[in-house]
Amino acid sequence: MSMPEPVITVRDLEMGYGSFVLMRDLTFTVNRGDVFIIMGGSGCGKSTLLKILVGLKQPSRGQVFHGDVNFWDADVEVRESIQRRFGMLYQSGALWSSMTLAENIALPLEQYTKLGTGQIREVVALKLALVGLAGFEDFYPSEISGGMKKRAALARAMALDPDILFFDEPSAGLDPVSARLLDDLILELRASLNTTIVIVTHELASIFAIGNNSVFLDVEARTMTASGDPNKLLAAPPNPNVHKFLTRGEK
Amino acid sequence: MSTREQSVPLDSRIRIDRYGGDTLAIRLSGDWKLDQGLPSTAPVIREIESRQPVRGVILEDVGIRGWDSGLLTFLIKVVDFCSTAGIPVTADALPEGVRRLLALARAVPARAGARKESGREPFLPRVGSQALSVWRSTRETVDFLGETAIAFARLLRGKATFRRSDLSLLLQECGSKALPIVSLISLLVGLILGFVGAIQLRMFGAEVFVADIVAIAMVRVMGAIMTGIIMAGRTGAAFAAQIGTMQVNEEIDALKTMGISPVEFLVLPRLIALIIMMPLLCAYADLMGILGGFVVGVGMLGINPVEYLHRTQEALTLTTFWIGLFHSLVFGVLVALASCLRGMQCGRSASDVGAAATRAVVTSIVAIIVATAIITFLCEVLGL
Ligand SMILES: Nc1ncnc2c1ncn2[C@@H]1O[C@H](COP(=O)(O)OP(=O)(O)O)[C@@H](O)[C@H]1O
Ligand SMILES: [Mg+2]
Repeated sequence: MSMPEPVITVRDLEMGYGSFVLMRDLTFTVNRGDVFIIMGGSGCGKSTLLKILVGLKQPSRGQVFHGDVNFWDADVEVRESIQRRFGMLYQSGALWSSMTLAENIALPLEQYTKLGTGQIREVVALKLALVGLAGFEDFYPSEISGGMKKRAALARAMALDPDILFFDEPSAGLDPVSARLLDDLILELRASLNTTIVIVTHELASIFAIGNNSVFLDVEARTMTASGDPNKLLAAPPNPNVHKFLTRGEK
Repeated sequence: MSTREQSVPLDSRIRIDRYGGDTLAIRLSGDWKLDQGLPSTAPVIREIESRQPVRGVILEDVGIRGWDSGLLTFLIKVVDFCSTAGIPVTADALPEGVRRLLALARAVPARAGARKESGREPFLPRVGSQALSVWRSTRETVDFLGETAIAFARLLRGKATFRRSDLSLLLQECGSKALPIVSLISLLVGLILGFVGAIQLRMFGAEVFVADIVAIAMVRVMGAIMTGIIMAGRTGAAFAAQIGTMQVNEEIDALKTMGISPVEFLVLPRLIALIIMMPLLCAYADLMGILGGFVVGVGMLGINPVEYLHRTQEALTLTTFWIGLFHSLVFGVLVALASCLRGMQCGRSASDVGAAATRAVVTSIVAIIVATAIITFLCEVLGL
């Protein structure tokens, strides 16, 4: 393997809403090609951290570097060009309900590429085929199931061949089989496209199957109490809360 | 591999070579990214077709510098063409990632019949489905009215479930918050009536009867119609959008599964709020309209203020006032029912909510005008 190349570096980050501090002193690095897991109990601020990483919310203190650009100090144009390389899968899917699946995926392509309508249609068909939804172009989000919505949202997140994909609880609300399939799909996409992936999840199966790097947010300590390869964290838990989380409190 | 026979340059990134008579090698190099534009597959496919018989196609990477979905869309079309033509494709010499993605994209076959039929239906089926949808919507309306009537009966027996706090918020929303716009509109309508009347009456030197015209027109019907239309646009649209959004978020389903009737819980408080507030708003609008007429009569025509008020008092009877209030009560019921019905009928997407709000306003206004015609006719028959 070559030297790890940092794509996201977080330093001394503090986040909260108003005067309410959720987490402080977060420092970690996501390297190119990582499947990076943000772990932690419900309500500890995982979604909030993800929003900060993709630039939807400003941290109350600290820095986020994308490559070597300090994101929140950069100009708006620089920030937008960085964000264009992101794909994001929202917790609810967030497909645009008044558009068909094809239109959902085509919109970013129409915005940011110079492709003609015919070529856009081909790319849309490819993305849908990659997530196993070939032929569902003309369906509206209200006409497909929850798992299919998640996959369609993944197709939309991948529309522009992003460098980094962010996922907020991709398997939440899915049955175990669909969740497994989604995990496999994520792994497959990473292996073939070498996309860096940042995932919020508390699905243990996913964490151990796909993660190679992670950060653990501890509600009680209000900071991160562990980071690194989740399998190694399980083998040698640095503190009881991590152990409890990674073993679901069993044993 | 046997001897190479000929080489055809197409796009600078593609080369097609032929081996041993019936095997084609498609060799790819250079940049294959979406923003570099995609080469057409047509010439490649024509090559394959024109060189029949082809027993095999080899896809080969001879120096691809960068690739993304652009390369994949190109390859998929070639591979799809070959598989329908029954030509085996060897992709071993493609980058590993490309091979895996190709396999992934072709793993789940396109679901047959998933694609929707587009194009126009023939005439008769279209008429038929129109008729069916009219029938369906009529039945929905009747069902809805029935459910509302039942809910109302339960209310009278003190059994209806809804939150009193919802009702008080709604009363505020339909009452005091509507006052500014009702004031403005009715004052202006009073002014206009006074103005138009004055121009006609001046010809006969009967300016003083402006007071009669404004008073009777406002109190008997205009006050009620104006508040009705304002409430249809302001409150009716809001009701439909609120209930429609709840429909989209499956909140209505949640009420139903808990055994709470959405009609009782959502429609009843809105109906009550409008039944209480519309007559009050109407009485207020009457007053503002008379004030508007007063401004024209006294300010422009120079009628003595005391005389103007005296004529107004002469012209109005209690019956006129009650007829006006009756109008507004009916309009309140119509606006509440029409907008809640449209909200309940809302589809499951964001744009359906907008459509529901529009339909609520249109239905309410049509209902208001039709009801006015009916009430006017009934009053005529009853000699009121
Ligand atoms: N917009 C908001 N305003 C105020 N507090 C919020 C907001 N969004 C989330 N929170 C609070 O922040 C905490 C973390 O939320 P979130 O990041 O969504 O948690 P999770 O780890 O479950 O994704 C929760 O306690 C939540 O109440
Ligand atoms: Mg969350």
